[in-house]
Amino acid sequence: MEFARGHVLVCGGTGCTSSGCEQIIKEMEAQLKANGLEKEIKVVKTGCFGLCALGPIMIVYPEGAFYSRVKVEDVKEIVEEHLLKGRIVKHLLYNETVQEGSDEIKSLNEVQFYQKQMRVALRNCGVIDPEKIDEYIAFDGYKALGKVLTEMKPEEVIDVIKESGLRGRGGGGFPTGMKWQFTAASSGENGKYVACNADEGDPGAFMDRSILEGDPHSVIEAMAIAAYAVGADQGYIYIRAEYPIAVQRLQIAIDQAKEYGLLGENIFDSGFNFNLELRLGAGAFVCGEETALMNSIEGMRGEPRPRPPFPAVKGLWEKPTLLNNVETYANICQIILNGADWFKGIGTEKSKGTKVFALGGKINNTGLVEVPMGTTLREIIEEVGGGIPNGKKFKAAQTGGPSGGCIPAHLIDTPIDYDSLMAIGSMMGSGGLIVMDEDNCMVDIAKFFLEFTVDESCGKCTPCRIGTKRLYEILDKITKGQGTLEDLDRLEELSHMIKEGSLCGLGQTAPNPVLSTLHYFRDEYVAHVVDKKCPAGVCKDLLSYSIIADKCKGCSACARKCPVGAITGEIKNPFVIDTDKCIKCGACVETCKFGAIVKG
Amino acid sequence: MKSLADLEAIRKKTLDQVTLRKDEDSVRIVVGMATCGIAAGARPVMNAFMEEVAKRGLENVTITQTGCIGMCRLEPIVEIMVPGKEKVTYVKMSPEKAARVVAEHIVNGNVVAEYTVGAAE
Repeated sequence: MEFARGHVLVCGGTGCTSSGCEQIIKEMEAQLKANGLEKEIKVVKTGCFGLCALGPIMIVYPEGAFYSRVKVEDVKEIVEEHLLKGRIVKHLLYNETVQEGSDEIKSLNEVQFYQKQMRVALRNCGVIDPEKIDEYIAFDGYKALGKVLTEMKPEEVIDVIKESGLRGRGGGGFPTGMKWQFTAASSGENGKYVACNADEGDPGAFMDRSILEGDPHSVIEAMAIAAYAVGADQGYIYIRAEYPIAVQRLQIAIDQAKEYGLLGENIFDSGFNFNLELRLGAGAFVCGEETALMNSIEGMRGEPRPRPPFPAVKGLWEKPTLLNNVETYANICQIILNGADWFKGIGTEKSKGTKVFALGGKINNTGLVEVPMGTTLREIIEEVGGGIPNGKKFKAAQTGGPSGGCIPAHLIDTPIDYDSLMAIGSMMGSGGLIVMDEDNCMVDIAKFFLEFTVDESCGKCTPCRIGTKRLYEILDKITKGQGTLEDLDRLEELSHMIKEGSLCGLGQTAPNPVLSTLHYFRDEYVAHVVDKKCPAGVCKDLLSYSIIADKCKGCSACARKCPVGAITGEIKNPFVIDTDKCIKCGACVETCKFGAIVKG
Repeated sequence: MKSLADLEAIRKKTLDQVTLRKDEDSVRIVVGMATCGIAAGARPVMNAFMEEVAKRGLENVTITQTGCIGMCRLEPIVEIMVPGKEKVTYVKMSPEKAARVVAEHIVNGNVVAEYTVGAAE
C-alpha cells in the first residue's frame, strides 16, 4: 500500500449504505482519477460513525473535515476544491463543525454529539477499514490476544475480567467474569464452546450490527481470548441473516485471521487452537434468548430449554458453553490492554465502563452513541441526541425494547446504569433507546410492543403464547374505546401471571411495557377508558375531526384532498366534515393553511 | 504468523498509512496549493514529499495542502510544523529540495536554513 497524503473515510454501515454511500464511493474514485489524485488520496470504507441521521457521512483526513448528507453531485466539488486545492467546502460540512467567521473547523470531538461520548466498544468504528486486518492490527489489534497467550494463565485472564466489573451488555447485566469462571470450572473432557450472541432483535436496536460492521476483528479476537480463558477450542457467532453486511464482513475477517494464523492451530506458537464459524439465524426474536439460540445453532427449532442447567454447565451439544453478547466481547481486548483498573475508573459503582445506545424515535441525532455508565437520560437526549425535533415536549423514553419499560419525563435525570433502570421498572436491555414526544400515545406504544411479542412468542409455554395474546386483545379493546376500568386491573393481574409463569426471558419480560406504562401513565389509560379520548390523538377510533367555522375561509383545499369525499361545503362558506364517512387519515389537517381543522 | 514480533511488524507497517486518522501530534508538511502555488510547480513538490516520506517509512508525518498565503512570488511554499517547535517556512521549493528537507529537517531535526523564507528575503 502506498503512502497517501489524504484519507477519505466514507461510512459503509447499513444506515449509510441505504442512503447511497456505494454510489458516492464510486463517484469519488472516478473523480479522483479524473483529477489525477488516485495515488495521493485513499478512499476507505469504514463502519458506522454514529450520526446515522446525517448520512451518508464522509470524513477527510488529515483535516478531519466532516461532510454530512453527501450527495453524488457534491463529490465533484469536494474533490476539485478540497482535495485538489486544499480548500474545505464549508457549505457541505456538518454545520456544527463550522465556526462562524473563522476558517478553522471544529474537530469532531468538540461537536456536541461526540463531546459527552466515550468510545470503547466503538473505538474503531468509523476509523478503520473493517475489511482490512492490517488496519485493525495498526490500531493495536490482536495485541491483547498475543499478550494473553504468551504472558497470562487462563485464571489470570478471568481474574482481570472479574476485577474489571464488566457486566453482560446483552441486557441481563450478569457479571461477565463470573460467567467465564463458571464455564472454566465445568469439566471439559469432551470439549467446550464459546459462542457470541449477535441475534439482535429489539425493534430499533442496531448496536451489535454496527460493531460487527465496523470492527469485526474486535469480537473475533475477544472470542479467542475467552476460549483460551475457559478452555474451549471451537467458537460460533450466531448472527441473523438480515444483517448481510455484517455477515459478509465477519466472514472476510475470519478468513483473514485464519490466513494470518490468528485463528486455527497453535496460535502465537502457544499450543492454543481456536476455530470460529458463523451460524446464521432466520431472525426469530426468541433466538436471542440463550437456550433457544443454542437449539438453533444445533440445527433444531429455536425454542428455549428450561434452566438450569445453565449453558456454562450444559450448553451446545450438552457441553459447557460460554455465551456473551457482541458488545460485551467488544470491551474485552481493551480491558486486557489497559487493565482492569482503567475500566473500573469509568462508570458508576456497580455498572462499569460504557454502554452503546441506538438512539431512535423523536430525536434529532438518530444514530449510535456510546456514553459512560451513569450518564443521565437528559444528557443523552438533550446534548448527545440534540433534543426533540419541531420543539415538541419530551414525554418518555423506552429502553430495553419489548422487554423494557418507559421512563417518564419526571425521571429524565436518572443516571443510566443497570440498577437505576431496574429500580424505575425499566431495564438496560441491549441498548435500544426510543424517544417519544407528546404526540405518542402510551397505550398505543404498549400495544405496539405486545403485538411484537405475540408475533415472536415461540409458543412452547402457555403463559407466553396465550397470555401475551390476551394482553394484546385487552389493549386493543382500550384503544378502540371499548375498555372498562376492570380491564386495567385485568391487565395488571395477567401481566404478573405471565411474568411468573413463562419459561424464558421473552415471556418473563414481555408484560414490562404494559406494566411500566400503566404505572407512569395510568391517567392516559383512564382517559381512553372513561372519557373515550386519546390525549395524544393517536388512537383513530377515539378521534374525530371537525372544522372551526370561524377560521374556515371556504377555500375547498381540504375537500379536494379528502380521499373519501367526507368534506363538503360551498366556496367561501365554512365547510363541514361528515364524521360517518371520515377515515381519520389526517390529510385535511395538513392541507389547511388556516389551522381551521382540529382533531380531538 | 507465529510470534508477537510478526504482529508488531504488521502493526508498524500499517501504522504510517493510518496514522493521520489518529489524534496524536504529528509533523505536518503543509504545501501551498492555490493557483499561484500550482502554477509554480507545487504538485511535483508535494509528490516528492510523499515519495520521500513513504520511502523512509516515516510515522507521524502528515502532508496537507493549504491556500495562498500571500507571497505568491516565492511559491512553491512549504511549511513544516514540528510539535513544540516554531513553524519553518520554505520557499521556491523543488522536488530535489523537498528530498533534502525531509532528510535533514524531518529526520535529523536540522532546519535547511538556505531554503527558508528568511534566506530569500
